[in-house]
Amino acid sequence: MKTLLSTMAGTVFTVNKAVGEEVVTGDVVLVLESMKMEIPVESDQSGKITQVHVNEGDFVNEGDTLVTFE
Amino acid sequence: MVTKPYNERLEEKVSTIFAGGASKYHEKMKEQGKMFVRDRLALLFDNGEYKEDAKFANSEAGDLPADGVVTAMGKVGGQMVCVMANDSTVKAGSWGSRTVEKIIRIQEVAEKNRLPLLYLVDSAGARITDQLDMFPNRRGAGRIFHNQVRLSGFIPQICLLFGPSAAGGAYIPAFCDIVIMVDGNASMYLGSPRMAEKVIGEKVTLEEMGGARMHCSVSGCGDVLADNEEHAIELAKSYLAFFPANFLEQPPVVDAVKPKAGRSLEEIIPENQNAPFDMYEAIDQLIDEGTFFEIKKLFASELITGLARIDGKPVGIIANQPKVKGGVLFIDSADKGAKFISLCDAFHIPLLFLADVPGFMIGTKVERGGIIRHGAKLIAAMSSATVPKISVVVRKAYGAGLYAMAGPAFEPDVCLALPTAQIAVMGPEAAVNAVYSNKIESIEDPKERLAYVQEKHAEYKKEIDIYKLASEMIVDEIIPPSELRQELVDRLALYATKHIPAPPRKHPVFPV
Repeated sequence: MKTLLSTMAGTVFTVNKAVGEEVVTGDVVLVLESMKMEIPVESDQSGKITQVHVNEGDFVNEGDTLVTFE
Repeated sequence: MVTKPYNERLEEKVSTIFAGGASKYHEKMKEQGKMFVRDRLALLFDNGEYKEDAKFANSEAGDLPADGVVTAMGKVGGQMVCVMANDSTVKAGSWGSRTVEKIIRIQEVAEKNRLPLLYLVDSAGARITDQLDMFPNRRGAGRIFHNQVRLSGFIPQICLLFGPSAAGGAYIPAFCDIVIMVDGNASMYLGSPRMAEKVIGEKVTLEEMGGARMHCSVSGCGDVLADNEEHAIELAKSYLAFFPANFLEQPPVVDAVKPKAGRSLEEIIPENQNAPFDMYEAIDQLIDEGTFFEIKKLFASELITGLARIDGKPVGIIANQPKVKGGVLFIDSADKGAKFISLCDAFHIPLLFLADVPGFMIGTKVERGGIIRHGAKLIAAMSSATVPKISVVVRKAYGAGLYAMAGPAFEPDVCLALPTAQIAVMGPEAAVNAVYSNKIESIEDPKERLAYVQEKHAEYKKEIDIYKLASEMIVDEIIPPSELRQELVDRLALYATKHIPAPPRKHPVFPV
């Protein structure tokens, strides 16, 4: 299963892509807020999103799954 | 000319040696997109010319021409260098006693002549059948690593990894200043996948466990990922051009080139401290066009480290990358910065710090990983560097992030601030929360609460205003972004004669 993992610990600030959306490598899938910074999380792959595992305001740790691709 | 029988014998011997291993191994090598060791050397050395030692090593054994390693001297980009290069067509480039002796001897030659040493590695490791002759003895393989450690900082040591670098042999790259790995072919590992399966029961591919891309992006054991062998050799030449032959000499200076045409720093750097931008674009506006040689590009990308030229003179750049992980310093970025600073300092390459850093990462994950001791490595390396150090506060420099980026307390030769600079223990939001959290929570009316927070933010911002810091002589100058390049050109010239004697001690106790 292809997944996008969080690169650092922080709070989900915005979720920019939804289930069913096609993304390409480099697209900002969501933005984390961490260390008082807005951290864009870019997709490391291209594909259709089948599941978004987090909501705005959730805490995520480094390595947590953010979204799953088809 | 009269051909004597003894000449014919010599020619025959030499041509056998130059042919390397059996043809089936040459074919296999070609299939893998690899070059024969002598073709690599021909490409590396100026005009393909080099002088080789002990080519007859183990030639009487029949199937071990040159004992699987070529050791040579010649010029690369006009600079005389020493080279050892494994021949993977000879018993997979494995090490016998003469292989090891040849490597040790070329290290001794490099030391005596104070010349850079390049290791062209493509080797399966020790010949276990010959272990007593090459492994534990005084001039066994261990001596190679001992010599590498002794030579570190004395001469540049460069590793080009074309194939495997297995088991003990994997320490050759580990002790080099830089490791260039060929994507798809190069690998480093202490135990092969086969051994991992037998000994610990793990099933894993070579690429996953020890491949070039893994080492250049995950483990940090690799520094530069090359597309192919020709590219790796090109990279080694570009890298070498930044360095003196040894620590007694100064790095070479070339003609100045203007920075790349592009957006100005004013356009690149957003005023909102929390909005990301691409530090590479800013670097391009400061350095001579086309001179950036990035080290560990794929590893811990929140910190950029690379060699470049400003006004033709080499500099080592350490820059936070706000676009990646907000430019926050992590365990890996601290390691990355520490090694790079140590490299530049060893060979008289001035350091330029470009700070836009919210601090070191916090949270369970990194605390358990020992971010304090890893951060200490970076700060210790920066602090002990005696080359000219120019600290530029581009935007924020918070907490120990300011320290790591050669803040004022660490004796940079100058601390320059852009008008967007913001220096503080922490950012306004965090600081106001930390100091007034009880008061903020006690205000029930949301509007009133917001007004209170905003008022405190404004007070705090006034307190850390960059002109206040300049007035207190914390920063030395405030420079308009458009003049930063010229300021760096001038400053690097000012500090060219800097000299700090070593403190009276044997050596510091390295935080590791």
